Amino acid sequence: MVTTVTSLGRSGLSDWLIARVSAYVMSAYLIFIVGYLMLTPELNYADWAALNSSLPMRMFSLLTILSIAAHAWIGMWCVLTDYVTVRLIGPKATALRIIFQLGMIAITLLYVIWAIDILWGI
Amino acid sequence: MDKKRPVNLDLGTIRLPITSYVSILHRVSGVILFFSVAIFLWLLEGSLSSEQGFEEVKALFANPLCQFIIWGSLAALAYHAVMGVRHLIMDLGFGEDSFETGRATAWVAVVVAAVIIVLITGWVFLW
Repeated sequence: MVTTVTSLGRSGLSDWLIARVSAYVMSAYLIFIVGYLMLTPELNYADWAALNSSLPMRMFSLLTILSIAAHAWIGMWCVLTDYVTVRLIGPKATALRIIFQLGMIAITLLYVIWAIDILWGI
Repeated sequence: MDKKRPVNLDLGTIRLPITSYVSILHRVSGVILFFSVAIFLWLLEGSLSSEQGFEEVKALFANPLCQFIIWGSLAALAYHAVMGVRHLIMDLGFGEDSFETGRATAWVAVVVAAVIIVLITGWVFLW
């Protein structure tokens, strides 16, 4: 099927697991950042830069952006293969969906590269 | 697969339960977040670029248009995260015994998300 080749894990079960694992990573990051901002009401640049340039935080942030990429890929794939279909929008749907999917994948990879550039450029 | 299978999924003719609306909004918020990642990365980049960049990002929170965009992204994030946690809890085997339970947890999740979004609104616009 033309839908399967563009999925992240090439299998529904694999995608399901990756979506869950990435969700746990992103939840942990979100809780950490919200907690940090609440405990540091007078946040300044020096502390913020020191936090984000430390190796553990860089690893945590990198893991999070990789999780965002995988999670977004899986989620956008679900949405596109559900709604950009021949049944819903006609015979051009398959070509249109492939274009959207390739665009989505390109943006996802750019996010990862951008994030690495930010984190290691501090 | 038989492509001539009859399909009757005209959603406009079907009265959907709360679980359906919660699920559709989960998808909508997910698609919004796909684009919000660019906003979050842009804010992160600015805040980490220099002392001046950090102050500029702080100043964005006083601009009404920026406030609205940041609020929308954070609200989508809050909603999507709360509904995601509902899925994770169901994956662990809780709250998936019946449709009634599913309906109840959907309402609970909506209320939790609404409370968090109210807090976000206060933080972005008032603080």
